[in-house]
Amino acid sequence: MKKEISRRDFVKASGALIVCFSTASLVEPLAMAQGPFDTHPSHVDPEKLDSWLAVASDGTVTAYTGKCDFGQGIYTVQTQLVAEELCVSISKVKLIQCDTSVTPDQGTTSGSQSTPTNFNTRNLAQAAATAREALVGMAAQRLGVSADQLTIENGVVSAKDGRHVSYGGLIGGKHFDIAVSSTAKRRSTSEWKVLGKPVPSLDRVALMSGTFEFVHNVQVLGMVHGRVVRPPEIGATVGNVDEKSVQHVPGLIKVVVRNNFIGVVAEKQWQAAQAAKDLKVTWQPRLGLPAQKDFYDYLRKQPSRDLMLVNSKDVDNKLKSASRVLKATYLHPYQAHGSIGSSCAVADVQADHATVWSATQSVYPTQHGVSALTALPLDSVRVIFVRGAGCYGLNAADTVSYDAALLSQAVRRPVRVQLTRQDEFLSENYGSACVVEQQAALDASGTIDAWDCETWTASFGGRPGYDQPGNVITGMLAGFDPETINPRTAVEPTGELRNGNNAVPSYVVGCVNGKCGGAGSIRSERVLTHAVKSPFFTGPLRSPLRLQNTFAHECFMDEISAYARADPVAYRLQHLRETRIIDVVKAAAKTANWDARPSPKPGTARTGTVTGRGIACVAYEGDNGYAALVAEVEVGQASGRVQASRFVVAHDCGPISNPEGLRNQIEGGVLQGMSRALGEEITWDDRKVTSIDWQSYNTLPLGIQVPIIESVLIDRPEAKATGAGETAITLVAAAIGNAIFDATGARLREVPFTPDRVKATLSSRG
Amino acid sequence: MAAISLKVNGHAHTVDVDPETPLLYVLSDDLQLRGPKFGCGLAQCGACTVIIRGQAVRSCVMPVSAVKQQEVMTLEGLGTPEKPHAIQEAFIDEGAAQCGFCLSGVILTAKALLDENPKASDEQIREALSNVLCRCFTHTRMMRAIKRYQRSRA
Ligand code: FES
Ligand code: FES
Repeated sequence: MKKEISRRDFVKASGALIVCFSTASLVEPLAMAQGPFDTHPSHVDPEKLDSWLAVASDGTVTAYTGKCDFGQGIYTVQTQLVAEELCVSISKVKLIQCDTSVTPDQGTTSGSQSTPTNFNTRNLAQAAATAREALVGMAAQRLGVSADQLTIENGVVSAKDGRHVSYGGLIGGKHFDIAVSSTAKRRSTSEWKVLGKPVPSLDRVALMSGTFEFVHNVQVLGMVHGRVVRPPEIGATVGNVDEKSVQHVPGLIKVVVRNNFIGVVAEKQWQAAQAAKDLKVTWQPRLGLPAQKDFYDYLRKQPSRDLMLVNSKDVDNKLKSASRVLKATYLHPYQAHGSIGSSCAVADVQADHATVWSATQSVYPTQHGVSALTALPLDSVRVIFVRGAGCYGLNAADTVSYDAALLSQAVRRPVRVQLTRQDEFLSENYGSACVVEQQAALDASGTIDAWDCETWTASFGGRPGYDQPGNVITGMLAGFDPETINPRTAVEPTGELRNGNNAVPSYVVGCVNGKCGGAGSIRSERVLTHAVKSPFFTGPLRSPLRLQNTFAHECFMDEISAYARADPVAYRLQHLRETRIIDVVKAAAKTANWDARPSPKPGTARTGTVTGRGIACVAYEGDNGYAALVAEVEVGQASGRVQASRFVVAHDCGPISNPEGLRNQIEGGVLQGMSRALGEEITWDDRKVTSIDWQSYNTLPLGIQVPIIESVLIDRPEAKATGAGETAITLVAAAIGNAIFDATGARLREVPFTPDRVKATLSSRG
Repeated sequence: MAAISLKVNGHAHTVDVDPETPLLYVLSDDLQLRGPKFGCGLAQCGACTVIIRGQAVRSCVMPVSAVKQQEVMTLEGLGTPEKPHAIQEAFIDEGAAQCGFCLSGVILTAKALLDENPKASDEQIREALSNVLCRCFTHTRMMRAIKRYQRSRA
């Protein structure tokens, strides 16, 4: 069945926005959030309770969220949240995710911000608590008893004498017409019946049975197929497009050229693929690329936009007078999001309105982008989230949504576009390449006296946000400028500590303006960052810069503790002050049965397979979750192959909403981190990117020897809820690098730890 | 274009397509099946896997004309949401997915192997999955689910 978008069925009983699932058109509860297209923006005013919740007369609750699920489990856990606050069972709650006509604008689902945003005392959680209090108030009036004499069970409010009334009976189908109350009391963690429980993911049956609707499966009446023709080199411009070269392709509808954007539209996907392959385009090349082998040096020499994050101003003196100064430089490559499914979107752009089905993390910003690209007024563009393959950040979901909109506008028909694997690898927004230079001053006792860190990160484009569609390839090709780096020297830090990228190591006091927000004890501190213009698009990739910086900090800490002949766990604890990071370090070490002694392991052979253990820890973004990871590895010294045998993760994200989902995120994060640490790297020649498929870009397949992963979950019911999807992955490269050092005495300072690189490092051991 | 007859999940279909069209496009665009997915189009990931004559086949590189009279089974042909196949059941019980986009490759490749060799060793299972990708890295749970299915048939 196809979606009939012109005849959208919905019920607006007494005006309350209650989405119903029509039988006439194919509408999937999970994937297809339908609502009235003419919904006025006031419906999605986040101040109003009705923007977040509606109760139908049968007592079912429809909740609207601006945070969507790509497989990280936020659909299930937000459903739990609403059920918990309203005291109904999960099956009574329908969650509608990210649709610019229906759900409040919650920006982008990213940066481990969904849980902090919706699970504390604002937004969805607060709306649900407001609704519960309002319903109890109505019941009190109806039953003539005071609210504190009432109990709620599964949407039925009862008085002590047994009289009761259901939510449906109280409000069914009507507006609440009240504001979200900032004083409505959230249910305390000790009362939780639905949250905090290991609820299996609600989409699992549909997924396993192949019936789940991904954006890739969306079909709209009259839909045709598009493909794009990307420049082989980023920055190349169109010279000539020979439309005759594809005249022979049956079903071809149009070759679309707009500035440097080129695409083809055909009746069938295979025809579009043929046309895209056969279309002759002459591209004007650009200047070429900096050589990959010298790229990190190149980065350090470019003009940059600088930021001083902390500066105690005594670091140079300390370095001069120290009894010993240690230095090391860490390198991290560009890496791809590499979603398993290349990105896809469907757009229907008509003369006066547009609808886009998109797997974007940012429906509202995408609405703005599509409006800019199509020159349609903002409020006549609707963007509906439909899940794609796991994205792990800004994959090509945004750019392909633009592709679909441009092609649909050109042919005035709904167009589905899926990128090829090569299209996506060639010009997605990679995770940034980084250089981190570290210096530490040690006092005579071997304690760290000063920490000095300087980073260079490659950056170009990024999330389009509300006003920069040029930040992804399609926007730029269509003529919009990407965000560029305006060089600027650093000024002294002001305000308070900003450690969202974990550029400031956990071991320093992190003082800005006399207020110290760091997790550590080292008082002499300086962290200077340089953003440098990247030759490739970059954008957030799971744990953006947090991972790169933490790799450098946690390996350097390990190097220092080895120099000081100290146990890496004890040495970390000696320099940490914040309880929550201390607790995860202790918990991981305890569960891993940590072998307390300095690294490297004494008496290991220089040949054959050797084993070692390493640790790393992080206060994610400074205060958005805490984790420590112990890695145990085997290193084949002849082959250079690294095999992780066991990981132990201790994890603290405040009150745990769903331990089952949390474990799934931790396990996936650890293994994805391992794949990135051991093999993943974007490569290029003098003109173009050469890692363009799964043969030229390494990823660990399913058939690997899967290490044991043990997760220790530290529940903190009294704390604020934090993110959890990016914490564990942040630590993997560092923990593995430290374990390799422990096993072999060789220090890997460049990711990925490929067999060749491991062998080269082993052979340079003294 | 040519009229091509196919038998998919027990149903007969006739489609009018270029015989060179990859089977995957016919399954997803013409027959509107959701199980097999375009991951890479290069036979490198497994997302498009279907079962033909008991073998896991990558439908993204198989021309539809090559299928002939052979019956094609997709992930949704294996079982239904109400009555999942035992291997789907094992994946449900283990919560063995994140985004779930890769599942045709994972489930059908494992099923084809274990149907042919119910006693496959861990080594053989790994070998069979050595070019199946899951970028969410749900490896631990997927391997558990496969083992659970294998035990359930012993
Ligand atoms: S889509 Fe067929 S193997 Fe990747
Ligand atoms: S579950 Fe997302 S790729 Fe496997």
